[in-house]
Amino acid sequence: MNALLYLIPVALGFGLAGLAAFLWTLRSGQYEDLEGAGARILLDDEPEAVTREGDGRHV
Amino acid sequence: MSALVDAAAPLPSPVPSPAPPRREPLDPAFLRLAPDGTRHVEFMVEDMHCAGCLARVERAAASVPGVSHARANLTTKRLSVAIDPAGAPEAVLDALEAAGRTARPFDPAALAAQNSGAEKELIRCMAVAGFASANVMLLSVSVWSGADGATRDLFHWLSAAIAVPAVIYAGRPFFRSAGRALRHFTTNMDVPIAIGVVVATLLSLYETVTSGPHAWFDGSVSLLFFLLVGRVLDERMRGVARSSAARLLSLAPDNAALLLADGRMQRLPTASLRVGDRVRILPGERVPVDGTVLAGSSDVDRSLLTGESLPEAVAAGGSVHAGSMNLTGLLEVRVDAPSGETLLAGVVRLMEAVERPNGRFVRLADRAARLYAPVVHAAALITLLGWLALGSGIHAAVTAAVAVLIITCPCALGLAVPAVQVTAAGRLLSRGIILKDGAGLEKLSEVDTVVFDKTGTLTRGRPRLAQAPDTADETVWQVAAGLAGASRHPLSLAIAEAARSRGIVPIPLDDRAELAGHGVSASLAGVPVRLGRPEWVSGEAAGRSAGTQVWLRIGEGPAHRFGFADELRPDAAETVRGLRALGLDAHLLSGDALPAVAAVAEEVRIGSATAECLPGAKVEALRDLTLAGRRVLMVGDGINDAPALAAAHVSMSPAGAADIAQAAADLVFTGERLGPVLEAIAAARATRRKILQNFVLAIGYNVVAVPIAVLGLATPLIAAVSMSASSILVVANSLALSWRALRPADGTGPTSRGDRP
Repeated sequence: MNALLYLIPVALGFGLAGLAAFLWTLRSGQYEDLEGAGARILLDDEPEAVTREGDGRHV
Repeated sequence: MSALVDAAAPLPSPVPSPAPPRREPLDPAFLRLAPDGTRHVEFMVEDMHCAGCLARVERAAASVPGVSHARANLTTKRLSVAIDPAGAPEAVLDALEAAGRTARPFDPAALAAQNSGAEKELIRCMAVAGFASANVMLLSVSVWSGADGATRDLFHWLSAAIAVPAVIYAGRPFFRSAGRALRHFTTNMDVPIAIGVVVATLLSLYETVTSGPHAWFDGSVSLLFFLLVGRVLDERMRGVARSSAARLLSLAPDNAALLLADGRMQRLPTASLRVGDRVRILPGERVPVDGTVLAGSSDVDRSLLTGESLPEAVAAGGSVHAGSMNLTGLLEVRVDAPSGETLLAGVVRLMEAVERPNGRFVRLADRAARLYAPVVHAAALITLLGWLALGSGIHAAVTAAVAVLIITCPCALGLAVPAVQVTAAGRLLSRGIILKDGAGLEKLSEVDTVVFDKTGTLTRGRPRLAQAPDTADETVWQVAAGLAGASRHPLSLAIAEAARSRGIVPIPLDDRAELAGHGVSASLAGVPVRLGRPEWVSGEAAGRSAGTQVWLRIGEGPAHRFGFADELRPDAAETVRGLRALGLDAHLLSGDALPAVAAVAEEVRIGSATAECLPGAKVEALRDLTLAGRRVLMVGDGINDAPALAAAHVSMSPAGAADIAQAAADLVFTGERLGPVLEAIAAARATRRKILQNFVLAIGYNVVAVPIAVLGLATPLIAAVSMSASSILVVANSLALSWRALRPADGTGPTSRGDRP
């Protein structure tokens, strides 16, 4: 039974991590352009190439 | 400088100093200003279809000095650009144009209207409810499999710690909606849901505090989860409908090039134009205003307004209307009517004024909810009172009543409609039929009469070469293709298409010039060649009865005649026959003259045809049919059909239709064939059958489960199992949706469609 004392928190931690990851993907707009996401795989350039240097923001 | 030197030299780095913008300045209304001075602009880039286009568009925009960020969205065909205070947004348009793209600024107000954020909130709620229900279920399984004493209490407390915040967070959409309904003294599907979830959570908290044996936390959170899945599906359908509608409407010009007094130009939203302003309209642009032509001449395609597929020549002094397409020449136009009072706006108003039958239409799910909520509340109340009357304690009575509320909670019912509709919409989309509103399918399934427009609906709506010149000389074709290739005129396009299908290679020509309203001229090795109106080509008239003709003349040689006709869609007659086999009546309402309408009606075998219908008369005819108790499907494409499309019970429009017709229609179909009409009706009927099946499944489960709950025998275990089982059953049943459009038995027409499920 003592195993529960750390197994349950570990299980919950995993679940919360998954939830947080999903909410982050949602917030960062990764579902905004599903067609484009599929197309971008085919591009050689990294998307960063589009952001001009010295700008520092990678959205 | 020679090319050799250029190739040897290192590539020049982008010049940091901004080149002087040669384009008119962009109206500030298109810009959004961030606090740090960065300006954000959205551009619509329609011709962006693949990874390559996407990369080229982004690279072109990012290479403009001052652009700090450029990201294109392939789904919405939009490019969003952030520009430093130093940069010029107009330069982005120039760069895109130089890269061969047509881009135009996109009104941020239209953007804001689209992103309501409702779907995102529902997805967040669904994620939280999913997390909570998975973890609470894990703990509940341990309780059900025998944990008791201190362990059970610990698990209940843990469940409470997860479930209570989750219910508060994920239940908000339901609480809000239920609160709204109760404030107006009505009830909806969300009222029993909200009551059930809240009461179940409170009772479980009480059980937890008093170390009771049963907690319903898993029930309340998984209930929310299932319901939210249904809501997300529903919202996604509506979102797709909204964004396709917004895209269609944005095709109408929302900005115009204003000519300033000093000869410069400024691009600004159409709404801010005033009467008397002068605007410049390039070939290939839509006319943004109603006005009088001051300078220039061109051919104007008025099919958006009149349904007439052949363009009309305009010159100085002539008038143009908003929504027409300027085909061949540059026009300078004086604005005669403010943007809200154009002919186009008038038709839009007529369309909006038409009493939309949508207001009277009640969706199946809402009809179910109207019956459902009172029954559920009554059952729970009777259970409570019954147990009290039988002398059991308040605790047992409340537990039984709560069990009834949870067991009857309509999660399977909530999934019944959206799950089927999303499946159907996906399958229809893969067949080229775009469903703009989920209710469209429900309405389509009730249809008993189909009304067709003629031009562009039963026919292709654009001229095709019907009569080729009777000459064996290949040069005639090569010259014709060479002349037609550079023009946007529909007759030129038809000749170019016919030439392509004959494998003709256009001959190179010099000094090609297009004379608006007349034709195209050029010189072939010094010999003048002309393609155009008979009078212009050879000085003689072709005669009225000859139909639409274009003549070609090489030098002083004989004239070669190209005859055109607007031909029927290939499967028009077959489709009408199929509709009759489904038990539907077909009518033809057209604005065209009687002989043309009668000929088409005869050919597709439609018995009842009305010719020379004005837009108002079409609405009138539909109203008569509706009053006679008919449920009408209107299929039409012109702006003159738009009010009728809006007035019909449900409407379809081909993808080549006027934007406003597409905006008014519930469904849009692509392709040359009319068959999608038949297929959509078959799909709608199959969808309705599936939805009713789902209702039977969901209600059947309640019929079994409610007596158990009323008798106080339902445990959280029974509730969880039956709830999940019924939801999964409903979803599985929805995915099994299939239909087969009725095809005529004689097997004519193309039948090679191997993709039937």
